[in-house]
Amino acid sequence: MIRDRGRISPRRPQRRVLVVTLIGVIAALVIAVLGIVAGSSSLTIPDAVRTLLGAGTPGQQLIVIELRLPRVVAGLLVGAALGMAGALTQSFARNPLATPDILGVTSGASLGAVAAIVLAGGSYSVGAGLLSLGLPLVAVLGALISSAIVYGLAWRGGVDSYRLILIGIGATAALGGITSYLIAQAKITDATAAAQWLVGSLSGVSWASVWPVLVCLVVITPIALQQSTNLELTQLGDEVSTSLGVAVQRHRLVVIACAVVLTAAAVSASGPVEFVAFVAPQIARRLARTGRPPILAAGLVGAIIVTGGDALTRGVLPGQVPVGIITAIIGAPYLIWLLTRRTERETR
Amino acid sequence: MSHMRTDSAGRMTTPPPARTSTVPALEARGLTLAYDRSVVFEGLNLSIEAGKVTTLIGANGSGKSTLLKAFGRIVQPTVGVVQLDGTPVRDFATREVARRLAILPQKPLTPSATSVRDLVSRGRHPHQSLLKPWTPRDTEVVDAALAATGLSELASRDAGSLSGGQLQRAWIALVLAQEAPTILLDEPTTFLDLSHQLDVLELVRSINRERGATVVMVLHDLSLAGRYSDRLVVVGEGRVLADGPPWEVLTPDILRAAFDLEATVVPDPSSGSPLVVPALRPEAASGFRWPSAN
Repeated sequence: MIRDRGRISPRRPQRRVLVVTLIGVIAALVIAVLGIVAGSSSLTIPDAVRTLLGAGTPGQQLIVIELRLPRVVAGLLVGAALGMAGALTQSFARNPLATPDILGVTSGASLGAVAAIVLAGGSYSVGAGLLSLGLPLVAVLGALISSAIVYGLAWRGGVDSYRLILIGIGATAALGGITSYLIAQAKITDATAAAQWLVGSLSGVSWASVWPVLVCLVVITPIALQQSTNLELTQLGDEVSTSLGVAVQRHRLVVIACAVVLTAAAVSASGPVEFVAFVAPQIARRLARTGRPPILAAGLVGAIIVTGGDALTRGVLPGQVPVGIITAIIGAPYLIWLLTRRTERETR
Repeated sequence: MSHMRTDSAGRMTTPPPARTSTVPALEARGLTLAYDRSVVFEGLNLSIEAGKVTTLIGANGSGKSTLLKAFGRIVQPTVGVVQLDGTPVRDFATREVARRLAILPQKPLTPSATSVRDLVSRGRHPHQSLLKPWTPRDTEVVDAALAATGLSELASRDAGSLSGGQLQRAWIALVLAQEAPTILLDEPTTFLDLSHQLDVLELVRSINRERGATVVMVLHDLSLAGRYSDRLVVVGEGRVLADGPPWEVLTPDILRAAFDLEATVVPDPSSGSPLVVPALRPEAASGFRWPSAN
């Protein structure tokens, strides 16, 4: 008989999760270097590495540090934020199909951004102006307000994740309807700008749009990781986790707030990059073979997907394809595949 | 696993918590329980004696599960307090409650990709903190809980692959690993065949006898409730209808009033406890006619 004494405990992260996380870090760094080089005829990989280490020519410095690096870093951060937000949402909802979208974050951000573009169209010219401070701010406001409303509507002496999902789906549909109405009413230039924003893209990202996401990640990641044990326990149901001493409602509020802030930060920088928050946690969970998505690993997979997808649009595909289209093209078939092979009881 | 002993005065000598036989393990004081606007109990007083097995029985919808959940702080009372070891339960930190009180709900969720040992290990959570992570004693307690429930050899199996009876024993092992002196069990025998029901109830009885644990459970089978309990509490119509040792509670009159059940009660030939034998009920089907074939 195999004895597995002392092999595992909830407090000791399993070794496989650690290995997956470490490999994820290395892979993300490699992808980042490829992302810097992608689509450029003059840069080689050794050039990029040398410049990153501070030994490039002034011309290389300009291209790498000022033009390419912000975009690559933004990709890493946006992907990490979406991946972690997805892992948090799927864990607390105990549902692999749950994404932060169901909290009303993305639809709220989209409505905010589109309203800003369409209603204040004159002051936001297409292109660089889109990424000025105003638009991300409005998007964040829209995200926070709509998710607060969804949470408030779901509250009945506590928030039940099932009710939260249903209300979130309803809110997403309603907000999406208003967004579509605004686009239908808009002037053609504004409508194009809105549509571009809604696809999710990293083109034109500068250092200014990187910092807010970075600050959010630095603040939220430790809080999210601290909830890791409680997330593990709530997999046993609200009643068992209460019995084990988890303050379920407080824990759930913290987790939802983390997911909302991470998603809002990501969406404000790049627009809604589809399916990352949904796919990244599931890939991480399958790699690490855990019961629920590991948070850090999900963030790293998200970073790899977004940075890699963006590098692909610049290096391989013709024209400027927004990264949101790539992730949707990868994500949608994955969703279908997951749905068709879901034999185990993963939802409640 | 540390066994609880009693000294000559009948007091538990193993902390936590030190308590005398006069302090009830759980006490409902003026408890009003309601879902939305429908009131289940109003002004309920009920005291659960420490070290005994108390079983709540009652008809479907009588609120026995709700009462158990209120004791386990899963349902919050609209009015009144629940006292745990003589102190209002809301005065304790949530983790302190978890060290004193464990509740096994009717339908816990079995996590995916989790071994039996992993599942049972989660019972140790209330005993851990950032400053006091997993210790060798935690491993010992988990080993003992697995052994007590006969799951040692299945410890590395995936919890999702267990049979119904094994899974229920795994959940009870988790509760054992929690080392709480008071244990609440909501219908621990549902979905189990009779043989596995007996296994679970014998296990519960031995936890009570060997560790001095206070057990409060909800059961549907009246005869099994009579066999394995020190005290039965019959609830219905928003109050306690009857309360006492099995032979005093399982009487034809009380069964008629609480369950709308005509029955005779005879001594169980194997245990001597009350055995409820329901009368035939031909009138239940008398109103039914097959539609004539046209």
